[in-house]
Amino acid sequence: MLGPEQVPGSLEATAGTLRRDLLLAYRRRGDIINPLVFALIVVTLFPLGIGPGERLLAEIAPGLVWVVALLACLLSTDSIFRDDYLDGSLQQMLLSPQPGYFLVQAKVVVHWLVSGLPVTLMAPLLGLMLSMPGGGYLPLLVSLLFGTISLSMIGAIGAGLTVGLKRGGVLVALIVLPLYIPVMIFGSGAVVAGCEGRPYSGQLAVLVALTVLASVLAPLAITGALRINMDD
Amino acid sequence: MAIKWPLFFHKLGSPRWFYRIGGMWLPWMAALTSLLLLVGAVWGLAFAPEDFKQGNSYRIIYVHVPAAFIALAGYYVMALAGAVSLIWKMKVADIVLKCAAPIGAAMTVLALFSGAVWGKPTWGTWWVWDARNTSMLVLLFLYLGIYALYNSFEREEQAAKVCAVLALVGTVNIPIIYKSVDWWFTLHQPATLKITQASSMHASMWQPLLVMIAGFYLLYATLLIQRVRVEVLYRERRTRWVRDIVLQAGSVRK
Repeated sequence: MLGPEQVPGSLEATAGTLRRDLLLAYRRRGDIINPLVFALIVVTLFPLGIGPGERLLAEIAPGLVWVVALLACLLSTDSIFRDDYLDGSLQQMLLSPQPGYFLVQAKVVVHWLVSGLPVTLMAPLLGLMLSMPGGGYLPLLVSLLFGTISLSMIGAIGAGLTVGLKRGGVLVALIVLPLYIPVMIFGSGAVVAGCEGRPYSGQLAVLVALTVLASVLAPLAITGALRINMDD
Repeated sequence: MAIKWPLFFHKLGSPRWFYRIGGMWLPWMAALTSLLLLVGAVWGLAFAPEDFKQGNSYRIIYVHVPAAFIALAGYYVMALAGAVSLIWKMKVADIVLKCAAPIGAAMTVLALFSGAVWGKPTWGTWWVWDARNTSMLVLLFLYLGIYALYNSFEREEQAAKVCAVLALVGTVNIPIIYKSVDWWFTLHQPATLKITQASSMHASMWQPLLVMIAGFYLLYATLLIQRVRVEVLYRERRTRWVRDIVLQAGSVRK
């Protein structure tokens, strides 16, 4: 038993969770690449499906890149808590004296670092493939940078709710996709405005507000969902 | 400090009492529902004046608007039941949550379908991506999500709690989704489309609508109570009071 003075504080525990999850993600680097390849392939499918006309592609590019990025982020959502649930470490985490809120938040942040962030960095390439107009690239980067954080936060709610099931998969997508809608509307709205040379700071402001809201509220729902799945 | 709840509230929390009280209310509610729906439907479909622009096709409003009301209200009923279930761990709240989802989803489908039927003569197409249509569609997805999540759990207790969390998340999100879809629509709004404003309706048109809305609310309550009673019987099937009821019903039939 550890004495009260030896129990790590919330900050240490959160930093420890961050370090541990990042290390785990680093050991399985291939998993980071897969969503990126998925996004590339899906973007390739669109010109093949609707024709290579540059004007048509340029017109639908902002929404398309956002939807593809969203789906790529969704792919890995199911597994945020799965491994830790199966090997029991999630239970220990929630039983620990440190607040589960921060530990869960740290885990979601790591998920964003290995899924949302890489997709964001690759998004300009996707835009280029769909001949997106030049004004859209900056809002695309900024909107995805913040938007994918909320996507990870909201997606983690779905992952938390279904963690006790043998297969989450499609169910997580079913639960989470409707909740993604506001984020996508303002994200792609900013990119469309940028492509047309209109100001887009308003959309980005709303998007950042949504991100802050999701980052603060989602961990509450996630910890609640995880605890329900724990009591077997 | 403990809050004093009336005894009535606690009684509703017990499946057995809910079954009895609901059973007492049900015939009256069903009768009133039929009366309101009949009066509203006949009044709206036969006696309300014809619309100047849309002719008789506007009359579908007497089904469409009440259904849309209930679709949205039903989600909040579900979320409220979820909150009650999470906070007070009442058995009946779990059952209400489970039973409210299919009724709400059905009402949403009805609202979408009647909207499509109304849209065909009015706008010339079955479906328009306008703010209300889109929000209703998203609402249907939220209902389906709850339904799918509930059915994928084997233990009812756990399923109800998980769905309660999802319903509460959905409740926080519904206004955000509605506002963002609204904003998205005003950005893309085509000039040709004009939705009838409810406030500009003549009294002779909206009075039957009010009757229909009241009738639909009662219909919802009646359906919900009936479904909950059936589910109560199923879940409490091993208890003595359910066995007594079943035995009694059997002896009457003989």
